[in-house]
Amino acid sequence: MITLYPFHGGIHPAEHKSESTRLGVAVAPLPARLVVPLRQHSGSPAKAVVSAGDQVLKGQMIGAAEGYISSSIHAPSSGRVVAIEMLPAPHPSGLPDLAIVLETDGEERWIERQAMDYRALDPARLRQHLQDMGVVGLGGAVFPSHVKLNASSLETLVINAAECEPYITCDDMLMRERAAEVVQGIMIAQHAMGAREVLIGIEDNKPEAIAAMQAACQGTGCEVVAVPVLYPSGSAKQLIKLLTGKEVPSGALAPKIGVQCFNVATVYTMHRVINHGEPVISRLVTLTGNMAEARNYEVLIGTPIGELAKLAGPKADTTGYLMGGPMMGLPLTDLSVPVVKGTNCIIATSKALFPPLPRAMPCIRCTRCAQACPADLQPQELFWFSKAKNFDKAQEYKLFDCIECGCCSYVCPSHIPLVQFYRFAKSEIAAQEKERKASGHARERHEFREFRQEREKQEKAARHAAKAAEAAAKAGSAAEGGDDAAAAARKAAIQAAIERAKAKKAAVQPQNVDGLPPEAQAKIEEIDELRAHAREAAEHDVAAQKTDAGQGA
Amino acid sequence: MLSALLVMLGLAVVLGAVLGFASLKFKVEGNPLVEKVDAILPQIQCGQCGFPGCKPYAEAIGAGNTPINLCAPGGEATMLRLADLLGVDPQPLAAGHVADKPKQVAFIDEQTCIGCTLCFQACPVDAIVGAAKQMHTIVAAECTGCELCLPPCPVDCIAMVPVNEGMSGWKWQYPVYPISDARNVVEAGA
Repeated sequence: MITLYPFHGGIHPAEHKSESTRLGVAVAPLPARLVVPLRQHSGSPAKAVVSAGDQVLKGQMIGAAEGYISSSIHAPSSGRVVAIEMLPAPHPSGLPDLAIVLETDGEERWIERQAMDYRALDPARLRQHLQDMGVVGLGGAVFPSHVKLNASSLETLVINAAECEPYITCDDMLMRERAAEVVQGIMIAQHAMGAREVLIGIEDNKPEAIAAMQAACQGTGCEVVAVPVLYPSGSAKQLIKLLTGKEVPSGALAPKIGVQCFNVATVYTMHRVINHGEPVISRLVTLTGNMAEARNYEVLIGTPIGELAKLAGPKADTTGYLMGGPMMGLPLTDLSVPVVKGTNCIIATSKALFPPLPRAMPCIRCTRCAQACPADLQPQELFWFSKAKNFDKAQEYKLFDCIECGCCSYVCPSHIPLVQFYRFAKSEIAAQEKERKASGHARERHEFREFRQEREKQEKAARHAAKAAEAAAKAGSAAEGGDDAAAAARKAAIQAAIERAKAKKAAVQPQNVDGLPPEAQAKIEEIDELRAHAREAAEHDVAAQKTDAGQGA
Repeated sequence: MLSALLVMLGLAVVLGAVLGFASLKFKVEGNPLVEKVDAILPQIQCGQCGFPGCKPYAEAIGAGNTPINLCAPGGEATMLRLADLLGVDPQPLAAGHVADKPKQVAFIDEQTCIGCTLCFQACPVDAIVGAAKQMHTIVAAECTGCELCLPPCPVDCIAMVPVNEGMSGWKWQYPVYPISDARNVVEAGA
């Protein structure tokens, strides 16, 4: 039996898990229209590689990863791309995002699927393949997995199957029904990182999942560890502390202490990718809360949530929907948004299940939040600093170690929405940092421009000086005497230019007077004669005037 | 008496020598305050403060006698940070120096552009590319939105377009929520 190292704080919210585990996982029907956003992972969004009108096969890449921290997007079913446009996305901003709209043809024609032998693959090649197949963390943070796999000679690989947030049961059902496949996925992750031991952390309110995983782990060396129910034991840093006793240092990542953590659903998708050649195009989603028949469904990415929620029969008094759990979930304002890779749960809310919070009262510095904080922070201080927009101080109190789990808000006797303040402060600091970088860049460019202008000025001056010196030297060799020689040279140059212009003029032949009929030729000659006369007369006049003027003077 | 005077004199000479040496040895090139002020200014180089760029304004502030409330793009946040750095009282932004414009970049209507090169001579960050009698265009990623290219354009083909960063530029809002009127609750209870 392994020793556990409890983390600080934590809470025990009502579990509400049994509602959705009574029935096995069902496959959600194929929707007529799939909306696949290009931004489903953290990092830069994928770039569309199909265009409207294209026919695509199930599993075909439709969005290619752009950059290292990015992941690819695949067609969840076969059909036709009807549009690539800005559509509502499941994001707290409520802003639309670029998505590929697919009209399914119902044939579910797959691309050619190729299984791979991961043991024969170079780890870098394996990571590249996982990126191309769209493997990202399915626990909620949707961080591209290939980046996390880029850590060698690990001590411990932690598989996060705690699923600590109330209502959500998709990982539980995955382990109950597909434990063997999950373990095959774990083998891939272990191989890629060379981890010496594997610990699978499961909260002890899932005895069926623990039993299934223990059976599947026989002879693999992986250890299933039942951890006590305590929210948020499913947070990566807290689970690592709980299982290994090691704490991830502030501002660092888990590999620094020789540990890496993957969600159980993520390793399952690794198995599907490597051993079956199937990219990430579906996931298990828990439909629960105020539903007639709460249940887990295998859902294609891109399925509209409104359409999906109907499967479980939301009751008449449903007031709204949450995507994710009740602690960290996102209230949905638009039900046309699709299921994305990070969608683990849809909860129908009602007044009975989620009674409105009493109005907030002032903070009385009772520090119950500090007792509950699993990251061992001082939430009350962070609250004051964030509220006062004193961001430097908030950072000093390690605002960025906050995992936004919501324990502090949950225990707050004044019902202050603390996490909202931390999110505000974090995004404000990130924006300031971005602005600071941009202004530094602008300063650099401005300084370079000034340097360039100065350099050009000097170059011009040097060029002029060189030319003047050259001209002076030339004039000096032609005729002795400084100024006179220069003036003569200039005069000569002007004369030469005039000669050149004259020669050019003479060289120019009228283009449209070749092969004219005789009468036209005669006319031209006549005109030329008249011109000659006129010129003669004018010259005569000028000469006369000149002599007049001479006489006058 | 005399020995005391000599001791003091001796100390003065020695310390004076040390200070003189230190001032030569640890001489600071330029005014460090100017660098700090420059780091706070937004580097848009728009010249709305009346100085030809952020650095000259920073130098003027460093030299003293220049109000700190002239930076329009920086707005109140910049003024407050300057006040904090210099230890002076915050001043309301000077009239005509209040700008609540969203972030914007210049855009050249390439149909109208005659290729006169005047705009890119005015650009403080070399964000316009083009050549004489060739169409010009803005490198949007480098544009600071200073508007300095607008006046020189003889055909008015440059417009400022607000930048829509979409989701990447989105921020969480400051939480606003109803708070209970505690006094009423207490009175109702009593």
